[in-house]
Order: sequence, then structure tokens, then C-alpha cells
Amino acid sequence: MPRLRLPTPPLPAALQPRPKRPGANNGPTKPLDQATEAGVTVVDWIDERTSLSGGVRWMLFRKVPKGTNWFYTLGSAAMFAFLSQAVTGVFLAMYYDPSPTRAYESIRYITNEAFLGEFVRGMHKWGSTVMVVLVFLHMGRTFFFGAYKYPRELNWVIGVVLLILTMTMSFTGYLLPFDQRSYWATIVGVNINGTGPLIGPYLSDFLRAGPEFGATTLSRFYAIHMLLVPGLIAAMIGAHLYLVAKLGTTAPPWLKAKPDQAPTESA
Amino acid sequence: MPADKHQKSSPYTADRGMPGAFEGETVTRRRLMTGSVHGLGALATSAFALPALGFALGPVFERTKAPWQSVGAVGDFNDDTYVPRVVTIVSGIGDAGKTTAYVRLRNPAVDTEPEDEFNQVIAISTRCNHLGCPVRFTEAAGKFICPCHGGVYDFRGLREGGPPVRPLDRFYTRIRAGRVELGPRYSVNSELKRYSLRDPGEPLDGIGKFMYPPRFSTPEKPPGA
Repeated sequence: MPRLRLPTPPLPAALQPRPKRPGANNGPTKPLDQATEAGVTVVDWIDERTSLSGGVRWMLFRKVPKGTNWFYTLGSAAMFAFLSQAVTGVFLAMYYDPSPTRAYESIRYITNEAFLGEFVRGMHKWGSTVMVVLVFLHMGRTFFFGAYKYPRELNWVIGVVLLILTMTMSFTGYLLPFDQRSYWATIVGVNINGTGPLIGPYLSDFLRAGPEFGATTLSRFYAIHMLLVPGLIAAMIGAHLYLVAKLGTTAPPWLKAKPDQAPTESA
Repeated sequence: MPADKHQKSSPYTADRGMPGAFEGETVTRRRLMTGSVHGLGALATSAFALPALGFALGPVFERTKAPWQSVGAVGDFNDDTYVPRVVTIVSGIGDAGKTTAYVRLRNPAVDTEPEDEFNQVIAISTRCNHLGCPVRFTEAAGKFICPCHGGVYDFRGLREGGPPVRPLDRFYTRIRAGRVELGPRYSVNSELKRYSLRDPGEPLDGIGKFMYPPRFSTPEKPPGA
């Protein structure tokens, strides 16, 4: 008897397994039965040792308010955009060479020679724009639905951090093709950063690893782009999702609570 | 627990009735243990975090060098127009480390800034001081024009229009054995007073020189400058 009870999918009656006739389960278990049970057994084995099912149930089988609609999928969409960037980015890293003299050539190789290279690079390049657009739409949804209000302010703050990190990804990733546009865009971007009073010049030196765009600027941007910021984004998405699951989602603002559903004042 | 929670309990564990307390002992064994575990954890973390941080921050404090490089014989240049010359700012990274300098001889009719051994030849950096795009000397107008946002500089590199915040940067120059050599770059304010190299977008007039202090990483000026 499996311990794990997940809601049964709504199968039509004809496809659901028939209950065994009385007296029929005394016979030996057929291999097919064992095979169907195998998956459940494995999941049970893991669950017995980790109690993960409680967490999965807590995360996935939540009650959502009436009126939940397609706008509520923008956050998940942004997360999947991030996952797509992470996966395509890992595979692009297998061919990319962050050296000032070879970066352009390696990008050219990915685009023109590597099998499916143009496709994977295209996914990463256009996906970055898609991610920024989705992040802003998600932010707009949260703002216009009032979903940033008590008790969800901290989740808004985490979301703003995620927005900044996404922009950092865009900025550092833009340099990596190392063509004229990347190079000059980075020069201009770092110089804008340098106009911050007092610490701006030192921050620019930190970004460039020196007073000029130098030998390690590209690898520095690459390390920030593929190691530092993705790790931070993943951790922040974890915190963001935890708070979503803990606090629940809001009803859309056009749904008014009925008077008999209003919370009663006890004092 | 004293009845009044604001009343301070005795610092001595023996007075507070701790089992097995020693005479004069003020720190419980549990607190000592907690403190040492946290302390050791902090020590272990800083043992890798501080060197890593220093490693990443190192270039901010490391002074770079700008060796003198020859750009041609004195006879290649004149005092009424600029000749473009490609110079290497950062070596070993190919074209990304090169920039163009516009070079001419000092013209006493035009150049009113004090004369010394480093400005017998005027070498103007092409880095626009709005946000760093490369400017171009337009012969017909006798002006430097930036393609990005329309910054305009006059013949001496002084800002004439558009968003740049200070004149074009210059190179220290010297003449050795009949050849013109370019040294480190420096920045100037609107009176052509020399400052150590600043990034574009950082003004040097008024409070600008205090808002954008010199950096540790720029090359040292040549002795005597």
C-alpha cells in the first residue's frame, strides 16, 4: 500500500484500472503488476527517507483564490525563461572562449559551424530579451493587482533584487560576443557607472579590473555572467517561491469580498 | 529568573544556581561552546572569503604602467593639423587594447597653456569625455566630433558643445633622438590644468575634482611633470 497520496488525475472511467475481484489477489503477482508498482515503490522509498512529499504537496497543491487567471502565470514564465537561459548558457560555455583575442572567433564558430549552434545561441540571445520582458510584465501584474501589499512586501523587495540581477546579466552578457557593438556598449556602460560620485571611479576599476578595458575584463564579465549572478538569481528565486507558497497568492482586485465572507472582529 | 525582568541577574554562574558552577565563573559552558563554534566558523569563512575578495579587488589598487612608445619622426608632424597615430593602451589583447591619438606639434599661436618638456608635441586622446566613444578629427571644421551623442571639441580639444564634461584627454609626449614618443594619458580641466587620468563622464571643474578623486590604478606621471 503506497504511503504517498497524490490526487488522482481525472482519467475517464474506461481507462481507470478495475478493482480486483474478491479472491483474485490470492494468486501470485504478475510481472506487469510489479512493473506498475515499481515507480510508486521508488518514490515511496525516497519519501520514507526524506519526507519530501509533504514539501511537494505544500508547494504544488495550494489553494488559490477565486479569479486566478493567466496573468498569474507571468512569474512562472519568467522562471522558465531563466531556466532556458541557464541550460542554453551552460552548453554555450562548452564552446565559448572568454579571451579578448579568441572570443569573437569562438562565437563565430558557435554560430556558423557548431551543430545546432546558431539555434542554441539564438535561444540564449533572444531568450534574454524575453526574460527581461517577462520580468517587467510580472512586476506590472504584481503592481496593478496590488499583490505587493502586506504581508507580501518582502517578496516585492526580493523581486526588485531579481530585476537588478537580471539587468546585471543583460549588461555582462552583452559584452561576450566581443564585436564592435559589445565592446563600445560596455565602454559606455562602465563609464556611466563611473559617473557615480566618490566611489564610481573605483567601481569602474573593479568592473574592468584596471583603469582601462584590459586583458581580464572579458573573463571578469564572463565569471560574473555565468557563475556569480546565476547563483544569486537561483537562490533569490528559491526565496521568492518559498514566500509565494507560504503567503499564498492574492485575488484579482476586481473581485470584492462578500460581506458574509468578511473577517469578523473578535474584539 | 528574577521576578523583575529588568533587574540584572548576578554575573556569576554560581549565584544563578547553575549545576556544577565554579567559583568566580561568569561564562556558562554552553555560551563558551556556542561562542567558540561561531568564532571558528567565522574564522574558517574569512580564511577563504577574504583572500577571494582581495583577489577580485586587487586590480583597483594595482598601479598600471604606460611605457613610452614611438609614433614617428618629428618631421612627420606639423603645427597646424593633426596626424592620427595608433597607440597601444593595453598590450597583449589585440585590437581591443589599441586606440588612436591625434598628434601635432605645439603651436605657440594656439596653445596658451604653460610650456614644458611634455607638451612640445600635443597628442590628443580620441576617447570622448561624455561616455568614452571614439571621437574623430574633422579636418574641414577643425574640430573633434563624437559620433555617439554629438559631443564637439575645438582644435585644442576643449569642449565646444554637446554632453562632454571636460576637454579631451592628452598624452604626455617627449622627443627622443628625433622621434616623438607618447607616454601615459592624463586628463585636463577646462583650463588645461593636468590631472591624473579620469574616466569619461567625470568633470574636473568646480567640485568635480573632489567628487571624482584620483584612482590608485592609473599610470604614474613621468618624473618632472
